[in-house]
Amino acid sequence: MKDAFGAPQSLLVLGGTSEIGLATARRLIARRTRTVRLAGRPSPALERAAAELRELGADVRTVAFDALDSASHEEVLGKLFTEGDIDMVLLAFGVLGDQARDEEEPLSAVRVAQTNYTGAVSAGLVCAGALQAQGHGSLVVLSSVAGERARRADFIYGSSKAGLDAFAQGLGDALHGTGVHVMVVRPGFVRSRMTAGREEAPLATTPAAVADAIVAGLRRGAETVWVPGALRVVMSALRHVPRPLFRRLPVR
Amino acid sequence: MSVDTVSLSGWGRTAPTTALRFRPRTYEDAALVVRGRGPRGVVARGLGRAHGDAAQNAGGSVIDMTALDRIRAVDAVAGTVVCDAGVSLHRLMGTVLPLGWFLPVTPATRQVTVGGAIGSDVHGRNHRTAGSFARHVRALELLTADGEVRTVLPGSALFDATAGGLGLTGVILSATLGLRPVTSSLMSVDTARANDLDEALARLAACGDRTPYAAAWIDLLARGRSTGRAVVTRGEHAPLDALPARARRTALEFRPGPLPTASALIPEGLLGRTPAALLNGLRFRGSPASRSGEPQGISTFFHPMDAAPRWGRAPGRGGSVQYQFTVGHGQEETLHRIVRRLTLRRCPAFHAVLKRFGEGGPGWLSFPAPGWTLSFGLPVGLPGLARLLDGLDEEVAAAGGRVCLAKDARLRPGLLAAMYPRLPEFRALREELDPAGAFRSDLSRRLAL
Repeated sequence: MKDAFGAPQSLLVLGGTSEIGLATARRLIARRTRTVRLAGRPSPALERAAAELRELGADVRTVAFDALDSASHEEVLGKLFTEGDIDMVLLAFGVLGDQARDEEEPLSAVRVAQTNYTGAVSAGLVCAGALQAQGHGSLVVLSSVAGERARRADFIYGSSKAGLDAFAQGLGDALHGTGVHVMVVRPGFVRSRMTAGREEAPLATTPAAVADAIVAGLRRGAETVWVPGALRVVMSALRHVPRPLFRRLPVR
Repeated sequence: MSVDTVSLSGWGRTAPTTALRFRPRTYEDAALVVRGRGPRGVVARGLGRAHGDAAQNAGGSVIDMTALDRIRAVDAVAGTVVCDAGVSLHRLMGTVLPLGWFLPVTPATRQVTVGGAIGSDVHGRNHRTAGSFARHVRALELLTADGEVRTVLPGSALFDATAGGLGLTGVILSATLGLRPVTSSLMSVDTARANDLDEALARLAACGDRTPYAAAWIDLLARGRSTGRAVVTRGEHAPLDALPARARRTALEFRPGPLPTASALIPEGLLGRTPAALLNGLRFRGSPASRSGEPQGISTFFHPMDAAPRWGRAPGRGGSVQYQFTVGHGQEETLHRIVRRLTLRRCPAFHAVLKRFGEGGPGWLSFPAPGWTLSFGLPVGLPGLARLLDGLDEEVAAAGGRVCLAKDARLRPGLLAAMYPRLPEFRALREELDPAGAFRSDLSRRLAL
């Protein structure tokens, strides 16, 4: 169960090697979290992540989960929920893709869309149903500012996140009043493995800062969290910039 | 019996969860709900005054007991009453007071049910002499996991598990309560200011049996030499001859309408710390340095929580948390340390009350234990509050004290065994009586009770 401050006792991270996911898990373990399930494709990195969290004192297990294999989600995730309540699900998987190559090879672009959007839709719906049945819980969805307005530099990734963002918002409204809380997190440019070697955008942030914002959002019961918070203002201005002008902006 | 799906939370409005709510009108209906429960179990709920998550059951069933509200029999000679568990203390008082009887224990609100008062084993300002609520229960009827109704008498293991058992042994359907005789519905109240915590403790310790009711409002925002300054109020039921002639004619009339006090009109928790500190200062200086024999109504003296406006009950956006702990006599240093920590942090605490406990009750999870108890509320959005309260938990546990579970919404399960040494017996009894875990609440899940 979550306590009065929204700190969960059990956590499921979908995308168990995600840096933001692990940073959040570390912070939550320092509060109340005792049970952590890291779901992801089996890999040494996933086991390493689990071992690291175990050292902090949590009961950690890894679960084989593939975002692209939507047909298996019902079984894999459904089984996790039968083993005990899960107070918080962090939907943290996603791929950035390689914009230039993806434009050349439509199939690899489809892969980005399938991972970030359709995979998240099926996993999100399975988790939402299970959370609704247990009458409580939070579903935290990692979206991105890239979904707020498509940019020339990453519109394939951006469009998949735009779909995910809209899906999560709608799901949050659908679940309003059922005891399940859906939180959409929109980080800006995050300095991590995923973005290594890319040119940094203004208002860049870190996985640790995103994790802090998630924990604070849980306490407030927030529905949308921007990291850093200033992005909320920046993006609400940017999304209304006329396209001819937007194309000329240096951040496009 | 009406059924609906609702989002429920405690009085502090934190961590709401959704459950199927049943509102039985008969014992049979209640038994049907227990027999037909789903895999996530069932728990009884009264008027929802528990601050934390004791009376909610995420994804399961919650039995709203307030429709089971018959007062079955009042023995005005022997001073006992038999009533359903859903009867509120407010109604009970209105019924028995004109007959010259009063509830032996009343908490800071009358809006709790008899079942809730037993399940939380509530205490009042007279704990030192009267003990907690369960001490005055002569018998109760308990609906257990098998759907049967058992009569439970004091002295049995099931009684000790049920008194303060947070509804986890079964659904209390009715109870026989002992009452205490009174000659008037007015209280004769002595008020005195205490300039620091030591003085407040001394004044509370000096209360003789002449004034069985005693409590101190404590200013947790005063710093420096005034740290822990308090207004100590002591009282007794006013004897008939002490009343003014006009009041004597209607001596036993129950007049619940509370006169709103200044603090009731301004919800303390909504204020920032500076206005709250100023208001506390006004309240302290506005109280008489020493006054005795002031007549006060029952509401004014006993039930400050009922006087607060409804919209002010849960300060701030996210609601509030209540914290109440007790430490034994001789652990005054811990009390001092905790008060100092709170004042140094400048926490805008509200409803801060210091009391003295007498002998504890037989309940295995019953909160009161001999010593001192301090309770206060804080807005949940206060930065760093979670860590601060975790720190207090550790101090309290180290001093051999405990935290009140009926008010809790945030305790760490690891500290529970140290605070409640009879927890293993409680678990064993539940394991035996209710192996499938029919009775569950969010609190029992969170703390693995």
